[in-house]
Amino acid sequence: MALQSLDIKQRSATTTPPPQARMTTEIAKLIDVSTCIGCKACQVACMEWNDVRDRVGSNHGVYDNPMDLTENSWTVMRYSEVEQNGKLEWLIRKDGCMHCSDPGCLKACPAPGAIIQYANGIVDFHQENCIGCGYCVTGCPFNVPRISKKDSKAYKCTLCSDRVAVNQAPACAKACPTGAIQFGSKEDMTDYAAKRIGDLKERGFDKAGLYDPQGVGGTHVMYVLHHADQPELYHGLPADPSISPLVSLWKGFAKPLATLALAGVALGSLFHYVTKGPNEVSKEIEDEIEREDKEEAK
Amino acid sequence: MIRDPKDLQRYTAPERANHWVVGISFILLALSGLAFFHPAFYPLTQLFGGPVWARIIHPFLGVLMAFSFLALFIRFKHLNKMTPADREWLSRAREMVDGDDHGMPEQGKYNGGQKALFWALAVCMLLMTVSGLFMWRTYFAFDIPAVRLGAVVHAAVGVVMIALIMVHVYAAIWVKGTIRAMWYGTVTRAWARQHHRAWYRQVTGK
Repeated sequence: MALQSLDIKQRSATTTPPPQARMTTEIAKLIDVSTCIGCKACQVACMEWNDVRDRVGSNHGVYDNPMDLTENSWTVMRYSEVEQNGKLEWLIRKDGCMHCSDPGCLKACPAPGAIIQYANGIVDFHQENCIGCGYCVTGCPFNVPRISKKDSKAYKCTLCSDRVAVNQAPACAKACPTGAIQFGSKEDMTDYAAKRIGDLKERGFDKAGLYDPQGVGGTHVMYVLHHADQPELYHGLPADPSISPLVSLWKGFAKPLATLALAGVALGSLFHYVTKGPNEVSKEIEDEIEREDKEEAK
Repeated sequence: MIRDPKDLQRYTAPERANHWVVGISFILLALSGLAFFHPAFYPLTQLFGGPVWARIIHPFLGVLMAFSFLALFIRFKHLNKMTPADREWLSRAREMVDGDDHGMPEQGKYNGGQKALFWALAVCMLLMTVSGLFMWRTYFAFDIPAVRLGAVVHAAVGVVMIALIMVHVYAAIWVKGTIRAMWYGTVTRAWARQHHRAWYRQVTGK
């Protein structure tokens, strides 16, 4: 067997079950927004470890740089200035793939093996199987995957699956100078978050809480938020994300049913022919026309 | 050598060529589209030089089909106006399907079923083209909710259209003497008198 850390839980466009005998510990990355100072060391570490380089952009008068996720920027810091209780608050959120337990990208992907969910919870894109259709973008409830203009492949955060595979923390977690990015088993991260939330509540953030949205079965990137009741404050983090009903309809039970219906039409036609026989031109009409021809010839 | 010079011309060469451009592009679109529809059909991508090529080629074939169908639509739409006789034919289509077509009302160049198919395909073509553009990421960038809606419409209408074309092809196979009209343009007078008597009278004057 291959590395246990690479055991597969789900594979895109695959209808048979993956191997399930081994139980693997689920991992998670915990991003404590309240201790993030917005230094972007995580962005730099991500680019360095993954050997991706974005183009040098232009200054838009805000700290966000680049302004959005791209095929080369798998994580970006989002800076939001909001007023809470009459005070200005500067909320900084590290954005990127949430590694959902129920990943919309994987559900939407038509290419077998282009999107893999490892048993440890990481959702990874395998570009060699990617066909560039962009269905993952359509399926994602967080608007994370980006299609490269250069090679038409989809890219996003891998949660450093290569590092995690050999028991290393993701590059961003390793680089974070304040410990705002923690990495470990999902259970440990949930416990750690509970401590942080306790601290925050003592300091007056009574709505502090953990962001681990159940609409997508929980995520393997979680946030500690000071205003967990209003996740939208953090640059539009969705309050209750889930796979869109349209995507579920598009990729769910309707497709096998439609396939059966098409098979039914094909077989129905065949058996109609076999049971009723062809609709031929009657001998009677042919004879009639022949008679008319003879009469005209006279 | 023509077997019977008195055979009736049903389609001109440009009409037939137009029909086959639509037909060929449809078959290629259905095969490549099904590959993305359900994993069971994914091996069909090999017919197009692999999955990435299938993804690249599919929308261009769609553009070809949209324009060629538009031409076909303009050619034939005046022949497909529904009449009371067509509605009666449709209400009694079951007799036809059972193989007993002697008592069916007299039909012009097209019967009610053919006309219904014509309009259904026209609607499908329009929906497929518009929803397809929403999904064509190489050249278009629509908002994600619009793309999601486009994807559902494209998949659902695609299935309906494949079913309609199966019926279309089967009807041509079932009614003997029909397919030649689309190969070389003519049908026998007996065929016309049996299946499209009003059209037969119109072209022969009998």
